Amino acid sequence: MELIFEKSTEGRKGFAFGASDVPVRAQVPAPYARKEDAPLPQVSELDVVRHYTRLSQKNFSIDTHFYPLGSCTMKYNPKFTESLSRLSGFTDLHPLLAQLSGGERWTQGALEVLYELEQWMCAMTGFKHFTMQPLAGAHGELTGIMLMAAYHKHKNNARKKYVIIPDSAHGTNPASAAIAGYETISIPSNKEGGMDLEALKAAVNEETAGLMMTVPSTYGVFEPNITEIAKIIHGVDGIMYYDGANLNAVLGRCRPGDLGFDVMHINTHKTFTTPHGGGGPGAGPVGVNEKLAKFLPISRVIKRGDGTFALDYNYTDTIGYIASFYGNFGLLVRAYAYILMLGKEGLLETANHAVLNANYIMKKLAPYYKLCFDRICMHESVFSASKQAERGVHAIDIAKFLIDEQIHPPTVYFPISVPEAIMIEPTETESKQTMDYYIGKMVEADKLSQENPAAFKEFPKTMPISRPDEVKAARDVKTSYFLVTSSDAS
Amino acid sequence: MEIEESFLYTKEHEWVSIEDNIATMGITDYAQGALGDVTYVELPEEETEVDQFEQFVSVESVKAASDIYAPISGKIVEVNRKLEENPSLVNKDCYGKGWIAKIEVRDMDESTNLMSADEYRSFLETLEH
Amino acid sequence: MNPYITNTPQEVEQMLKDIGVGTIDGLFADIKPEHKPQSFDLPKGLSEYEVVRRVTALSLKNNVHVVPFIGGGYYDHYIPSAVPALTSRGEFYTAYTPYQPECAQGTLQALFEYQSSMSALTGMEVSNASLYDGGTALYEAMMMAIRITGRHKVVMDGGVSPIYRKILKTYTHHLSYQFEETPVVHGQSSRPEMERLLDKDTAAVILQNPNFFGAIDDFTDIIQKAHEVGALAIVSVYPISLGLLKTPADMGADIVTGEGQSLGLPLNFGGPYLGFMCARKKYIRKMPGRIVGETVDSKGRRCFVNTLQAREQHIRREKATSNICTNVSLCALQAAVFMALVGKNGLKEMAQLNLDKAEYAKHMLSKIKGVEVKRSSPTFNEFTVHLPKDASQVVGAMMQKGFAAGFPLGRYYPGMERYLLVAVTEKRTREEIDRYVKTLEEILA
Repeated sequence: MELIFEKSTEGRKGFAFGASDVPVRAQVPAPYARKEDAPLPQVSELDVVRHYTRLSQKNFSIDTHFYPLGSCTMKYNPKFTESLSRLSGFTDLHPLLAQLSGGERWTQGALEVLYELEQWMCAMTGFKHFTMQPLAGAHGELTGIMLMAAYHKHKNNARKKYVIIPDSAHGTNPASAAIAGYETISIPSNKEGGMDLEALKAAVNEETAGLMMTVPSTYGVFEPNITEIAKIIHGVDGIMYYDGANLNAVLGRCRPGDLGFDVMHINTHKTFTTPHGGGGPGAGPVGVNEKLAKFLPISRVIKRGDGTFALDYNYTDTIGYIASFYGNFGLLVRAYAYILMLGKEGLLETANHAVLNANYIMKKLAPYYKLCFDRICMHESVFSASKQAERGVHAIDIAKFLIDEQIHPPTVYFPISVPEAIMIEPTETESKQTMDYYIGKMVEADKLSQENPAAFKEFPKTMPISRPDEVKAARDVKTSYFLVTSSDAS
Repeated sequence: MEIEESFLYTKEHEWVSIEDNIATMGITDYAQGALGDVTYVELPEEETEVDQFEQFVSVESVKAASDIYAPISGKIVEVNRKLEENPSLVNKDCYGKGWIAKIEVRDMDESTNLMSADEYRSFLETLEH
Repeated sequence: MNPYITNTPQEVEQMLKDIGVGTIDGLFADIKPEHKPQSFDLPKGLSEYEVVRRVTALSLKNNVHVVPFIGGGYYDHYIPSAVPALTSRGEFYTAYTPYQPECAQGTLQALFEYQSSMSALTGMEVSNASLYDGGTALYEAMMMAIRITGRHKVVMDGGVSPIYRKILKTYTHHLSYQFEETPVVHGQSSRPEMERLLDKDTAAVILQNPNFFGAIDDFTDIIQKAHEVGALAIVSVYPISLGLLKTPADMGADIVTGEGQSLGLPLNFGGPYLGFMCARKKYIRKMPGRIVGETVDSKGRRCFVNTLQAREQHIRREKATSNICTNVSLCALQAAVFMALVGKNGLKEMAQLNLDKAEYAKHMLSKIKGVEVKRSSPTFNEFTVHLPKDASQVVGAMMQKGFAAGFPLGRYYPGMERYLLVAVTEKRTREEIDRYVKTLEEILA
């Protein structure tokens, strides 16, 4: 399909600003002025509407397709949260208004959303305080690790050097720890998918700053030795970090704060179904227990005795500003409305059905694909396409087969510790029919891998494009319409 | 799997060929095969000093990035600029046109820390099991 | 009740039977009694109607009818209706990150167009597919410069947003980087101070145009000095101003970042916003965040993919260029649609309206006795005025009259308690400006 730039016609306009109503026509002094107009497209509003509507139709999305994407919790995004987030009382609110003298009273509704959401997140996780500021899950991780660093610094403990991370962890964990100035130590998993306790004990010493753990893990396993692990880490005054990526599976069944964790982040775009937006924006609120509370970023939202809400910047030991304002408010409103509707019972049901659906698919596919951990799973199950790979059909080939069957592939690039991984997380919002269709297609893929493995190289056949040449993209870098590359010249 | 008989090898799958006091180095056939199509080689700066087994180059493919370690200590006297335009040389001719850097050897004794072709061949066999 | 769970009781029973457990509780056997929550005190669920009523009531507690003359890096611009209409299509907003390019060409091509438009705007060769917001983008740019140069000192102009500067300090205070800030003199960067601090340890000089006080500048001379000592120049820009202002590329910038909220995103009480980052092509592999590239499919047709992924955390883990996993695709899409709609001429027109209205407001404000409009530097749509009394108090009084009168600079700059930062966008009418000026005059009288 043509680029919007290729549809451009000199002089065409997509929007009319109208005439100026002020009797001034100013000019930017020459040294400060732009030399040539920005070469943006020149298209009509209709051109723009058709162009982006057609582009949208080239996407899979939750509204159109099943996404059994492991560790991504692609559940349905209810429409009412969407329309509430678009209320002008929220969207037109300037963030600095709350910081102006007399402006607080005009932002009470927004501050109440932030305050109440914090209370609910505390109730769900067993933590004492939350900051809503982190702008994504990885941003929450970084904030959490900075809180860890602030804790050790406050105690003048300069020996803390390492953060321990299991090999099943998402890549953001080690990256976040490294950016906060820590070295990382990777701990292998045992045969049951849990943490190898002996390896952990061997790695832990006075230099251990903390441990980052995803519970349930990306293997879909709830760590049975969690109490013991917390004891080991706390024994050296380390901080226990809970990566909330998979919180959906345990809502109401356990709380990280009760399990011995000191700090966590929540991915609102997973558990609380704020939309993924084709790769963001997200939101990653961070919760802490009393140990870390005084280091939380500012501002914080407080409730006064008279029931009004206010921003409070007055915390001596705070790590400071981690974001410009109060978080990705538009997404927090959606999470707020979602939690408000579900309530206690609804949230419990969420975990129940997420786990039920995951186990159903696992059970049905176990005869066909190699199961990595043969036990009841939590929110997701991890298979390896190793049997199929022996026939020359890799996990990625099965993924491409599924695309032609109108199913978004499960996660196949991750976890890196499992070769040919296929990670399946159906979420609670999918029906048995949808899952049965998916299971049927997975079985068909296995069958085809025995009968005609060569056929897979052609998939997908029905999409707007076939498999792209990613090597060319990385070698012959063209990331803008205006960038001329060597292949343009030839 | 191709292995040059006259070269020396590291456990990180670098090869080195020493003539007079200049060591030419690159990555082995095994390494280029494991990486897949190389899309970019981040070359070190000439005239800088490196220590043996210090990371000094990285090689990227579409889905992987690999750190490359100096097989021997010394000053980098030349880098293979052709790789900037044509990183696929690492795949096509890893022991020849796909060389990465030339190092002026500081201490010839360090070559005893490296493997011979036969030793590297046995080392590769241990990896396969 | 959770209305989004679709399994019927009969289906649940069948599924449990297939799995081979008696009850749903049986699936949670790994969570032992000692792991059970001490409490789970949440309110009872509500119907959709009840939630809508309650949340709507909350939204109405916020007053969005105060007339905003407040900016500070975040502006009340008009958003054409086509922007939300297109970006609220479920195919866009409920899609996942485009890791499977065959079924995500919509998102990928839109991001490629976004990157292209950002290049058009800033004049820089390459752009990534967006970062969280303007403040965190500036932090990422600083880290990128530190990686490229291998140096540890950063020289920052005092005219860079104080909010951004606070963010940069939070992220680096426990790391061993040296921060130097230069003072702002008559609203502009202090050239002698900059020159004094630039040395061979300097990784980057960080500048902002227009600066926090609204002053516009041409940083060509500073950037040249930075390059002479081998440092990079990072410039944070306000995209709408680029309809009229010299591009950072023309000044010689190496990395350009900024807050893209003004490109069709609502103010939303602070987010989600759009951090953008552009750079010279030679630095693309040191850039953080997702980047979309053009390639061909197996049949030779043009298509788009996430590229240069070897930089990113899911491959590099602790050695990645950044821990960033997400971009803000949907916000980038909003900006892409906005830039396509206003187009080449519209952007200039919009910028001109902002400039004209701000100049008109300046003219009218300067007529008030005791109010001094700072004129030492030219400005775009935001400017500084000196008031005869405490600006915060004046803002409080103006708020009572229905105006968000501006941002009192004393909040971030001690000693500037009588200075007010005033923003005027294309949305402010002459009538609103006149009323604002009249009200201020009455309050100061």
